[in-house]
Amino acid sequence: MHPAPSVILFTALSGLGFGLLAFLGLGLPDVTGWVAFVFFAIAFALSVGGLVASTFHLGNPKNAMKAFSQWRSSWLSREGCFAVAALISMGLFAMGAVFFGQRWSVIGWIGAALSVGTVFTTSMIYTQLKTVPRWNQPLTPALFLSLSLGGGALLAGQVRVALVLLVLAGLVQLATWRVGDRRFAEAGSTLSTATGLGDIGTPRLFEPPHTGTNFLLKEMVYVVGRKHAARLRVLSMIFMVGLPVVILATDPGHLTAAIAVLSHLVGVLAARWLFFAQAEHVVGLYYDKR
Amino acid sequence: MTDLPAKTDRKLGLVIDLDTCVGCHACVISCKGWNTENYGVPLGDADAYGAAPSGTFLNRVHTYEVTPKDGPAQTVHFPKSCLHCEDAPCVTVCPTGASYKRAEDGIVLVNEDACIGCSLCAWACPYGARELDQVAGVMKKCTLCVDRIYNENLPEEDREPACVRTCPAGARHFGDFADPDSNVSRLSAERGGMDLMPEQGTRPVNKYLPPRPKEQIDVLAPLLEPVAETPSGLLGWLDKALEKL
Repeated sequence: MHPAPSVILFTALSGLGFGLLAFLGLGLPDVTGWVAFVFFAIAFALSVGGLVASTFHLGNPKNAMKAFSQWRSSWLSREGCFAVAALISMGLFAMGAVFFGQRWSVIGWIGAALSVGTVFTTSMIYTQLKTVPRWNQPLTPALFLSLSLGGGALLAGQVRVALVLLVLAGLVQLATWRVGDRRFAEAGSTLSTATGLGDIGTPRLFEPPHTGTNFLLKEMVYVVGRKHAARLRVLSMIFMVGLPVVILATDPGHLTAAIAVLSHLVGVLAARWLFFAQAEHVVGLYYDKR
Repeated sequence: MTDLPAKTDRKLGLVIDLDTCVGCHACVISCKGWNTENYGVPLGDADAYGAAPSGTFLNRVHTYEVTPKDGPAQTVHFPKSCLHCEDAPCVTVCPTGASYKRAEDGIVLVNEDACIGCSLCAWACPYGARELDQVAGVMKKCTLCVDRIYNENLPEEDREPACVRTCPAGARHFGDFADPDSNVSRLSAERGGMDLMPEQGTRPVNKYLPPRPKEQIDVLAPLLEPVAETPSGLLGWLDKALEKL
């Protein structure tokens, strides 16, 4: 799948942002006034910034309002509804904390649940696709949720919780890679099933249907840069989990904590690039490419 | 709503005969021609006369080579367009309701006025049947020529999809699969019509007829057997004369 920068930024930034919102909604840390303002500003900048980035992926964004209508069947629509509900409730909660020095805990809990729900619905957009076997497995939502909550805890300054959640996210990421590498073969789609010609013999592409490229090849048969995948996996793991965990374990100050956050963000962006670039769509079979 | 209809009254679709298709791409061109002038926005092209042309097509013809365990390889031309699946995954993923399957005849369509161009329906389709138009930014797909098949301004013989109407080999057939006695249902039953990627669980309406086995093609061979072993007439005289030499 094409690793579009808009979608990588969207999932990575909004994941972190909604993770932070979830912790703030639970009162971790219990902040008011200017300190709360800074925390909420960061959380909203990340979550809203991510959502805005996602609209750059749209070919015809003027109809975006209609995307809230199909929540009964579409995960993408559900995600939009959850995101708006989470932002509204957390906006109210932030108002109480920043301007009135109050913690309206019920609104906070609802906001936290909706924030986690937003990340879950985001992950289901990918998980639901049978056409991309690597994503079509239960570990995909586990990965999105553990990374979002781990990063959220890190941003919220919850050292102990962040330490545990980041290690957990690292383990889920390793499992996702391990299982994901086998998924295409397990799903069982081949050129034989794609063409139905397997009963006669072994099919192979003799002549493609067009000499140039097209939308399908650009969007779903992206094969550039996969040769560096193994190295990128190691690097993303070091930045996403390794370095932040070491820093957290050594009782960080403000500056070192900032380094841990930046390192985590870089690692998540690299891992998310791989999430798309390594995902193989079954339509590639028709072109003898994956 | 992008929920799928529980049942469609009719199941309109195509039978594509892989035995007969000669790979001429006439269906590709007639499809592009009709659909760029009719339903929805035109099918866009980019750099059409330049070094790297690309464009939106609703039908594309791949060509495969199949090698049996014993015996020579054979070439199979393979036209591919929307299969108008009964469990169409492209419909349920749509966030705006732009993508829908019609309850009356099962045709899967895109309402371009509601499409945001998110491409998720194209991601959900295993067959590559949907292409996001790079000029208009909305999703394009086969409409089964919905603006031809019910069009009473056209002569009756033209009320079928452009690809079917134009096919010079008669490799494409249009009809109602809900009717067990229709041309397409009978063809599919007689020739073992196949689903593409059945493991994806999409239940395609369109069926593909596999190439006939090579031995079955020799139905004419017995008719070409020599009718007389011993020649008569001029050949008989020549035969005898040559033998005497």
